[in-house]
Amino acid sequence: MQDIIQVRDIMHQYGDKTALEKISLQVSQGEIHGLIGPDSAGKTTLMRILCGLLNIQSGTVSVFDLDVSKKFKEIRSRLGYMPQRFSLYQDLSVEENLLFFARLFSVTVQERNQRLPELYAFSRLEQFKSRRAGALSGGMKQKLALSCALVHRPELLILDEPTYGVDPVSRQEFWQMLKSIQKGGTSILVSTPYMDEAELCDRVTLIYNGKVLASDTPTKIKANWNKVVFRVTSPEMKELEPELVKIIEIESCQRFGNELHLVLQADEAASIINQLETRFDEYMPMLEQIQPGMEDIYLSYMQAVQHKEPSHAG
Amino acid sequence: MPDNSKSLMIQTTDLTKRFGRFTAVDKLNLSIEKGEIFGFLGANGAGKTTAIRMLCGLLKPTSGTAVVADCDITHQSEQLKTRIGYMSQRFALYEDLTVKENVLFYSGIYQVETSRALSVAEELLSEMGIDLGSKALTSSLPLGFKQRLALTCSLLHDPRLLFLDEPTSGVDPQARRAFWNVINRLAEKGKTVIVTTHFMDEAEYCHRVVIMQEGKAIALGEPAVLKNEHSVPNMQQLFLKLVS
Ligand SMILES: Nc1ncnc2c1ncn2[C@@H]1O[C@H](COP(=O)(O)OP(=O)(O)OP(=O)(O)O)[C@@H](O)[C@H]1O
Ligand SMILES: [Mg+2]
Repeated sequence: MQDIIQVRDIMHQYGDKTALEKISLQVSQGEIHGLIGPDSAGKTTLMRILCGLLNIQSGTVSVFDLDVSKKFKEIRSRLGYMPQRFSLYQDLSVEENLLFFARLFSVTVQERNQRLPELYAFSRLEQFKSRRAGALSGGMKQKLALSCALVHRPELLILDEPTYGVDPVSRQEFWQMLKSIQKGGTSILVSTPYMDEAELCDRVTLIYNGKVLASDTPTKIKANWNKVVFRVTSPEMKELEPELVKIIEIESCQRFGNELHLVLQADEAASIINQLETRFDEYMPMLEQIQPGMEDIYLSYMQAVQHKEPSHAG
Repeated sequence: MPDNSKSLMIQTTDLTKRFGRFTAVDKLNLSIEKGEIFGFLGANGAGKTTAIRMLCGLLKPTSGTAVVADCDITHQSEQLKTRIGYMSQRFALYEDLTVKENVLFYSGIYQVETSRALSVAEELLSEMGIDLGSKALTSSLPLGFKQRLALTCSLLHDPRLLFLDEPTSGVDPQARRAFWNVINRLAEKGKTVIVTTHFMDEAEYCHRVVIMQEGKAIALGEPAVLKNEHSVPNMQQLFLKLVS
């Protein structure tokens, strides 16, 4: 498959602070590619470089096979970018904002009339179409901003945390819409702190401290991870958690809502589980091996790198 | 009936807010006890922020009443503000000030002595891994740090009740867990915490939650009880079942 984005060895510094340290990345034509990593990992910097909004300090970047440092005007006319804090016109109504952006992106009237109902179906903003954007709730503003960004269908969409503050139902509907936009031929690069969204991407790149830790399909990332996850459920979760945390053979013990997830080295799992079952007999926790999710893997990667290079705070 | 009003931190009676002809909060009746971690859930526009802003004395109700931290929200809103901490949906930090300058600024607002504010901040921030003496401007801090700084600023006057409106939106899975450890510690110290979130795993960490829809409470109770009542395995499923 052809690459729509090719990033080779780029570095970026703000003053003496390194935001990106030799990053390389490929996004294939037609895929939904997820960028995940903690804040300040460099995701936004990378996206801004791809859009030609930041100068390239070293390395090479091409989008649509065009060199970003030379052809950024042409590139920008063919991609859509939604920054983390997208500003709407607060004094315009919901509908006026949508029409404004449709005109800005030169969307034909016919296309626009076809898209508005789709966008309203996801955002549920139709009943509020004459309300001033400034009077919307936080998540409604975010959904309107998203709708404005999706009113055109460029070859490539770059979305920086599009689901910030969006409720669970709308997030599901938003991802269905992304999939249908993808079917229409648009490639999508999207950053997100939601690991359930990372699962929905064709490929995912995990960034930490300006470096790529992994870049592959969720299935392969999971297959290459040599650890196993056990789910623990117990009515005595509060008492159980601190006890489990103390056991050094357990790599990590994390809360996942009303469950705990234990991460174990694959080859030690059987003996550790055995040991736990005798030891916690009285609490009778339910232990069950489960398929690892992206959130398990994300937390495990973070723990491993921070163990090596503790991050300096403040 | 036993009088349990002494252990209540918040009690609302038909609390209502209209903007023109639109009803954002519709006859909300809630009793929240001291020391609870209480979650407000609901779709975008359900009325969570509007309800919280009324409970903080920032917005006048159209009708109905509420007593919060022993203050009537309409008639004692000034006194109320000294008893509560509020962290808004988009934290109100001064991006072009340093960490310490933000702390000093908020100590002025809450009328806390500078030395006391600094020692409270020092303790909380070091617990959360932030250096009070850092020269960096707030704008350059990662979101997770800003969130912890905003929380610290809302705690300088040692309020008994804390309102956190979407404190973890946009925050990565690891930083969210760290933030919930802080929330739990505050509750253990006896503070009442009201929190909104769109992360349904976090809903499981609340003692009780209310799910709002079009301004009304459509479910209220302990997560375990609500899941049982609706025969769903987790809060994500409960939310999707009740709200979609
Ligand atoms: N000043 C205002 N004028 C008109 N309508 C308003 C005003 N402020 C809020 N609203 C409306 O009240 C409703 C509730 O808004 P609110 O901010 O309380 O929602 P929310 O539950 O906090 O949503 P979110 O999850 O998106 O933060 C929304 O429909 C919003 O547009
Ligand atoms: Mg809100």
